[in-house]
Amino acid sequence: MMNKSEKTAMLEAAGAPVEIEGRSLWRDARIRLFRNKAAVGSMIILGIITLLAVFAPLLSPYAYDQIDWGYIQEGPNWENGHIFGTDGNGRDLFIRVLFGARVSLAVGLLATSVSLVIGVTYGAVAGFFGGKIDNIMMRFVDVLYSLPFMFFVIMLMVVFGRNIFLIFVALGAVEWLTMARIVRGQTLSLRRREFIEAAHATGVSNFKIIFRHIIPNVLGPVIVYMTLTIPQVILTESFLSFLGLGVQEPLTSWGVLISEGAKVIEASTWMLIYPAVFLALTLFCFNFIGDGLRDALDPKDR
Amino acid sequence: MTVMTPKSGTQDTSPILSVRDLKVHFAIPGKGLFAPDRQLKAVDGVNFDLYPGETLGVVGESGCGKSTLGRAILQLIAPSGGQVAWLGKNIVGSPHREMQPLRRDLQIIFQDPLASLNPRMTIGEIIAEPLVTHKPELGKEEIKARVKRMMARVGLLPQMINRYPHEFSGGQCQRIGIARAMILEPKLIVCDEPVSALDVSIQAQIVNLLQELQREFDLSLIFISHDLSIVRHICHRIMVLYLGNVMELADRDNIYANPRHPYTKALISAVPIPDPEIERNKERIVLTGDLPSPISPPSGCVFRTRCPFAKDKCASEVPKLDRVSDTQEVACHFHDSL
Repeated sequence: MMNKSEKTAMLEAAGAPVEIEGRSLWRDARIRLFRNKAAVGSMIILGIITLLAVFAPLLSPYAYDQIDWGYIQEGPNWENGHIFGTDGNGRDLFIRVLFGARVSLAVGLLATSVSLVIGVTYGAVAGFFGGKIDNIMMRFVDVLYSLPFMFFVIMLMVVFGRNIFLIFVALGAVEWLTMARIVRGQTLSLRRREFIEAAHATGVSNFKIIFRHIIPNVLGPVIVYMTLTIPQVILTESFLSFLGLGVQEPLTSWGVLISEGAKVIEASTWMLIYPAVFLALTLFCFNFIGDGLRDALDPKDR
Repeated sequence: MTVMTPKSGTQDTSPILSVRDLKVHFAIPGKGLFAPDRQLKAVDGVNFDLYPGETLGVVGESGCGKSTLGRAILQLIAPSGGQVAWLGKNIVGSPHREMQPLRRDLQIIFQDPLASLNPRMTIGEIIAEPLVTHKPELGKEEIKARVKRMMARVGLLPQMINRYPHEFSGGQCQRIGIARAMILEPKLIVCDEPVSALDVSIQAQIVNLLQELQREFDLSLIFISHDLSIVRHICHRIMVLYLGNVMELADRDNIYANPRHPYTKALISAVPIPDPEIERNKERIVLTGDLPSPISPPSGCVFRTRCPFAKDKCASEVPKLDRVSDTQEVACHFHDSL
């Protein structure tokens, strides 16, 4: 195999001018991110947790809703396969923590993606057009902001019944507001920049200016905010589940497991410790990655 | 209206751009909650013609409306009044759809070379954007070939096509900006202080490049600057702006040899002469005070508050642009007696 510089040298010797690859700002950021040990470590741990969650059914002889009558609320035991112990109904805690990870991570990612798509588009449009359109759009955001979140969730539950999708909807509906504000602020400072003016002068359509020139340039702070939103959403879901507004039995999430564990903290500590450790670890990892990304994307702002 | 010819031999050509009584007023919120909006008169009644292949210099101090004028001509800022006739057709207030085909003939080069390039795009994408917008039928290969040809033309290595703006120096970035403006082979380029962010040796290269391109493509340029030496080098005619008003409009040789307006005289006397003997002994007209606020400009002649020769008439009557010779117009009541 020929490496790239040898190839370049050969082509140049043959008289062909070779196109030099530039180093984009994204690539610079990636290099800086991978130099950050905490961020890289966090990515590895998160990767392991995600893999565990995805392949959960293959990793345990028990199903998440299977009751093992012989071992009810027993501590961790490697010999019978209940490595995290069992809960009050005799269900294996290891597999339940992994299934909880599925729900928690899915809520985190889905709600954040929803908030990303709506928030970025909404904020960019409001900031780009400015004036009256901006005013109307942002006052609408203010109105939604002033809605008490718990009240909103409880109303949804009352009207539509308990459903995991309601959690996605409720969280997404709240999280995109902040995203829209961040993107709007960034867009306002971008839209008077000269390269946007150059695009106007060339006759590039507004739609293309937003998607080709504005959004790629606001993506830095957006990605950082996104990685910090995921743990926030996971935490909110845990909080809702803790209050009994979250997922329905026998499906579980980290919040539900922690809530159950907290009730029996004196008798069976393992029921609290294992889900709590997974939750805390995940939150730590997302926060470290968010910090790393912020440093990587904005090297001047350290 | 006055018609002045820039160069001998082009007497019979008609102007490609005619600006008549162009006004750009911005509404500024009044002081206090219910106070009415105030008007900031950035450009207040500017007239001129521009001929094919001509360079018109627009000079004046900061805040006199030079850049606003340039953007108003391109309809990047909506003018509040007057006409901009492009090839005889008024384009002020044209809907987006009608403006679109004209955009390929009207381009702009900016002051800050790096800020005028999208940091997330390769320079190939940046230069290709006008082509992709106006001639998408060309296809990827042809667009790339044209971009490379234009890069070579403005003095960039074509193999740099995949690099990003931050990998270039200021002068190179300005060449990229010029390449983007030139790729559609426009008829008019507004140069908004294209060299004032560059150091002197690079300034000369960029100015020479613009002149070469002008000859090659029969370009018209509106060259906005506050550097009178560069304006003298590149422009055929020069327009002096003060507080959004034209003070003097004349061809290059006349305005430097024989400035008629007191403001022009002051500006030109401020240009350093590279001979210490002459420089020390020359007569300098020093203006006192600052540019008045364009929100409440002085009555009559806007320059009267700083004019060493101001008389009563100046406060009451707005001076009209007067023809003093075939190639010179002055807006001063007393240009004969000064």
